[in-house]
Amino acid sequence: MSKEAIIKTNDLTKSFGAFTAVDKITFEVMPGEIFGFLGANGAGKTTAMKMLSGLLIPTSGKASVVGFDVFKQSEMIKKNIGYMSQKFSLYDDLTVEENIAFFGGIYGLRGDVLEHAQAELLQRLQLMDQSKKLVASLPLGWKQKLSFSVAMIHKPRLVFLDEPTGGVDPITRRQFWEMIYEAAENGVTIFVTTHYMDEAEYCSRVSIMVDGKIAAMDTPRALKDRFGAKNMDEVFYTLARGAKRGE
Amino acid sequence: MKTFLAFVLKEFQHVWRDKRSLFILIAMPVMLMFIFGFALSNEVKNSNIAILCPKLDEEVLSVIEKIDQSKYFTINKMMHNPNEIENYFKQNKGKMVIVFENDFADKLEHDKLANVQLIGDATDPNTATTMIGYAQGIIGDYQKSLLGETNLPYAIQVETRMLYNPQLLSAYNFVPGVMALILTLLGTMMTSVSIVKEKEFGSMELLLVSPVKPIMVIFSKALPYALLCFIDVLIILLMARYVLDMPIRGNIFLLLAMSVLFIFTTLSLGLLISNSVDQQQVAMFISLVGLMMPSLIFSGFMFPIENMPKPMQIISNIVPTKWYFEILKSVMVKGLGFSYIWKHTLILVGMTAFFTLVAVRKFKIRLS
Repeated sequence: MSKEAIIKTNDLTKSFGAFTAVDKITFEVMPGEIFGFLGANGAGKTTAMKMLSGLLIPTSGKASVVGFDVFKQSEMIKKNIGYMSQKFSLYDDLTVEENIAFFGGIYGLRGDVLEHAQAELLQRLQLMDQSKKLVASLPLGWKQKLSFSVAMIHKPRLVFLDEPTGGVDPITRRQFWEMIYEAAENGVTIFVTTHYMDEAEYCSRVSIMVDGKIAAMDTPRALKDRFGAKNMDEVFYTLARGAKRGE
Repeated sequence: MKTFLAFVLKEFQHVWRDKRSLFILIAMPVMLMFIFGFALSNEVKNSNIAILCPKLDEEVLSVIEKIDQSKYFTINKMMHNPNEIENYFKQNKGKMVIVFENDFADKLEHDKLANVQLIGDATDPNTATTMIGYAQGIIGDYQKSLLGETNLPYAIQVETRMLYNPQLLSAYNFVPGVMALILTLLGTMMTSVSIVKEKEFGSMELLLVSPVKPIMVIFSKALPYALLCFIDVLIILLMARYVLDMPIRGNIFLLLAMSVLFIFTTLSLGLLISNSVDQQQVAMFISLVGLMMPSLIFSGFMFPIENMPKPMQIISNIVPTKWYFEILKSVMVKGLGFSYIWKHTLILVGMTAFFTLVAVRKFKIRLS
C-alpha cells in the first residue's frame, strides 16, 4: 500500500460507564475505497461512526481521520468530511436551492464559489427546473440523490453514509449506488453502514462488528470464501449469531 | 459570522414557510387583546338591575333617575312585590335589585331616616361587590346633595381616589397580563419545539457533524422567535394605546428594553426545555403545563398574590412571568422609572443567566 490511509484507528474504544460500546477496534481505510461498515443493531456501529466523525470523544486508543487526530482536531475533521444519514436528508420546507445554499453555507461556501457549486450540482442531477420547488415535493429517490450531492458540496475527501438507502425501492437503490461508485472513482472515500447485504457485496471491503469488536474484515469475496458462504447474508448471519448483546 | 447568517436565514425561511404558525404568532396577541378588551371585561358597565318600590314618590324617582343615568346600570324591571325578586335572579335577568322601603319619601322627610336595601347576585362575587359598591356610591352622592340644604354639626366626608386608574379600567391589568403570558408561551414553546423538531427529524446530528459550533446552532434557532416576540410586544402596545385608549405612562424605551430582557428569559427557558427532551410533543406539553399554568396562576394577573397562602407566595417568586408582569405594571401603568424596578430586572437577568448556563451545560453533556 503506497498511499496514506484516510482513516486509521488503533485500539479505539468508547465506554459509557461500565458499558463498552466500542471495544478496541483497529482498522484502516484507504483513499478511494468503498468501506462497508456492517453490524447488527447495538453492535456499536453508530458509536464508532460518531467517534470517527468528530461527534464523540473516544475513551482510549488512537484514531486519525483525513489526517487529523480525533481527540484534538475534531473541528478540522468536521470541515473535511461529508455526512449523510437515512434519518434525515434535507429540509422539506425549504426549496432545493435553499437547501443547497444552507448546507453549502455551513461548510463555508459563499459568493461565487457557492453559486458555482450550486449550478454544477443542479446540472449534474438535472434538477435545474426544480430548483425553486420545495424539497417535500420531490420523490424520495431524488431527495436521496440530492442529499448525497449536498453532503459532498464542499468536496470532502471522505463521506460517511449512515444507512443511506433505508426505505427506498431496489431500482432507486441501484441508482444511488451508481452515484457512490462515481464518487469513489473520483477519489472520494466512502464509509457506509447498511443493513442490506446485497449492498455489502458492492463494497470494496467490509468490516462486520459484533458486540463492539470487529469480528471480520476483508473483501466480500474473501469473506465468503473464508466462511464457505454463498453470499454476504450468510457470512453476516454466521458472525452475528454469536452476539451476546441484543438491541 | 457568515455561517451564523446562513443559519439565521434558514431559520427565517422555516418560520416563513410555516404560514400557520406564523399566523398564530401574529394573530394570537391581536385576538387576546380583543377578547380581553371587549368580551371578557370584568368591568361593570350597563348592568341590568331591577328596582323594587311599592310606591313611586318623588324622592324615589330622583334616586332612580340618578342610578339609571349612571353608565354602570340599566334598569330593566320595576317591581312592586318582593316575590318577584327571586324569579328575577333565577331567570338571570339582572345582577342586582334595589329595594326602597314603603313610604320612602315620608320617612326621609319626617324621621330623617329611610332604608334602602341592595340585593346582589353573588354567584359572581367580584361583580356583585363591585355593583353594590357603585350603587352605594350613587346613593351616597344623593344623600350628600340632600345634606347640602341642612347643616349637620359634624360630618366626615370620605373621598376616594383610585390612583393610576381612576376609571377602574380592566385594560390596566390585562394588557400587561396578556403581554407577559404571550411572551412566556411563544418564547418558550416556539423555541423549544423548533429545536426539538431538528432532533426528531435527525437533522440535529447533521448540523453537529458540520463544522458549525453547536452553540451557534442553538442560538440561531432562537433568534427568529426573539424577533417575532418583539413584534408581538409592539402589536400589543399599539393596540393598547390606539384601540383600547390606554395611556402608556412610563418611558417607552425602558418598557421595550425590559421586554427584550424578558424575551431572552423565555428563550433561555425554551433552550433549557429543548435540551432536556427529544420529542416535540413533550416540549409542547412542558411549555404549556409546566410553564404556562404556573405563569397564569402565579403572575398576579388573574389572582392577587397578596391573598395567597404564604407557601404559594414564596413559590410565585420563582415564576419569571411574575417579575415581568410587575415591571410592566410599574412602568406602563404607574409610569415609574428604572430606580423602582432594578430589583426585578436583576432577578430576571439572574434567571436568564442561570437558564442559559444550565441549557448550555446540558447541551454539552449530551454531546460527549
